[in-house]
Amino acid sequence: MSNHKINVTVNGEVEVVEVPANMTLLRMLREKLALTGTKNGCSAGECGACTVILNGEPVNSCMVLAVECDGASVMTIEGLSKDGQLHALQQAVIDQGAVQCGFCTPGVLMSAYALLQRNAKPTDEEIREALVGNLCRCTGYNRIVEAVKQAADQPETVAA
Amino acid sequence: MINVHAGLPEFEYVKPGTMAEASRFLVDHVGEARLFTGGTDTFVRMRDGFWKEKYLVDVKHLQGMRTIRFDPEKGLTLGAAVNMNEVIASAEVNAHYPLLAEAAQTVASYQLRNRATIAGNICNASPAGDTLGACLVYNASLYVHGVDGLRDELLRTFFCGPGKTVLHVGDIVTELNFPIPPQGARGKYIKLGRNVISDLAIVGITVLGFPDADVPSGFRYRIALASVAPTPLVVEAAGGLLEEKAASAETIEAAAQLVMEACSPIDDVRGSARYRKLMVRNLTRRALTQVASDLAASGEAH
Repeated sequence: MSNHKINVTVNGEVEVVEVPANMTLLRMLREKLALTGTKNGCSAGECGACTVILNGEPVNSCMVLAVECDGASVMTIEGLSKDGQLHALQQAVIDQGAVQCGFCTPGVLMSAYALLQRNAKPTDEEIREALVGNLCRCTGYNRIVEAVKQAADQPETVAA
Repeated sequence: MINVHAGLPEFEYVKPGTMAEASRFLVDHVGEARLFTGGTDTFVRMRDGFWKEKYLVDVKHLQGMRTIRFDPEKGLTLGAAVNMNEVIASAEVNAHYPLLAEAAQTVASYQLRNRATIAGNICNASPAGDTLGACLVYNASLYVHGVDGLRDELLRTFFCGPGKTVLHVGDIVTELNFPIPPQGARGKYIKLGRNVISDLAIVGITVLGFPDADVPSGFRYRIALASVAPTPLVVEAAGGLLEEKAASAETIEAAAQLVMEACSPIDDVRGSARYRKLMVRNLTRRALTQVASDLAASGEAH
């Protein structure tokens, strides 16, 4: 199996990575770049634990080949906080008690971040719809919805 | 037992520079190469060992594959790699082909819809494909690049069985084309899943109705079904009945009965054949009632 050398911008840093053809974006992030905030849940595009932002849009990184990301820009959970300051969404999930085991949280935050980028004031229903692809077995979702609403109420969230 | 952490099997990734090169590669590697666009089915089936291709061929970057184009005379063209969210967000799709956006919206999750494509949905030929009914009632056709040249394929005659289509080795669907929908058309897609959102369809009913002064009832209807036969199904007989007789409660009941009799579902993990048949009748009745009422309301508005 051939390796492919790709250029990919991850959280603002340009990375040159050599990846085998069958390596998913998820595995590249975790195994080549040691960005283990992105989680491997189902490997089938169902659970959303591996959600990252690819060229501005959230995707299941288990459903994208790394080699397809040559020239692309990727944002992971590690790129959400800036200069040691938590993003408003991160602070909100803490404030609202929206984290229990925490395994789904990075994916939830990526989906929520993308939602607030395209819709700064989502309704409860729009939040739930945007998070359909992020399964959480702990919280029952209500506190996650509250957290997204809290972050949406802060003007700096969208600009961040 | 499927090991979800096993990852994808080994394969080569091929990114041809032209459609001709891609077709030639597929012909030269019969049984070993597969096209993919979003990969949302391909990767899962490869990981689970159902598909064992040595080569995955990526054509998303080729010209026209990501284009949405609307021509007021010719209709809508969707490049084969246009993803579901792009379809849902398109002002032209919403204005002229709302059923396409409505059906795409019911597919899986937002993240998946950023990768999944309608062309992929069609070429997979799963009878459960959510967007297939909308494509059928809008009389879609496919533009196919084959080794012997270019051709159009009508969607109505495209499906041969579960996972089987009329495509030959080397064929690449590059565009979906939709003619201008009939004036005054109203549509409805009803999907029955095990949950309200994101699941595959147990039954999917798509109805498009539109005024036509040439038929006795004054209206024509196209009815397409998902998940209740080996292929997506268009039930002409029910449409014929509604062309003859006005869409009263009795006529709609009779049409829904015809639709139920036309389908041949199977028992599976999502529902029994008997349940599916009864749901086909009930949901067809509901969809037809809604569309007939919308058509009547829009008629009064004029």
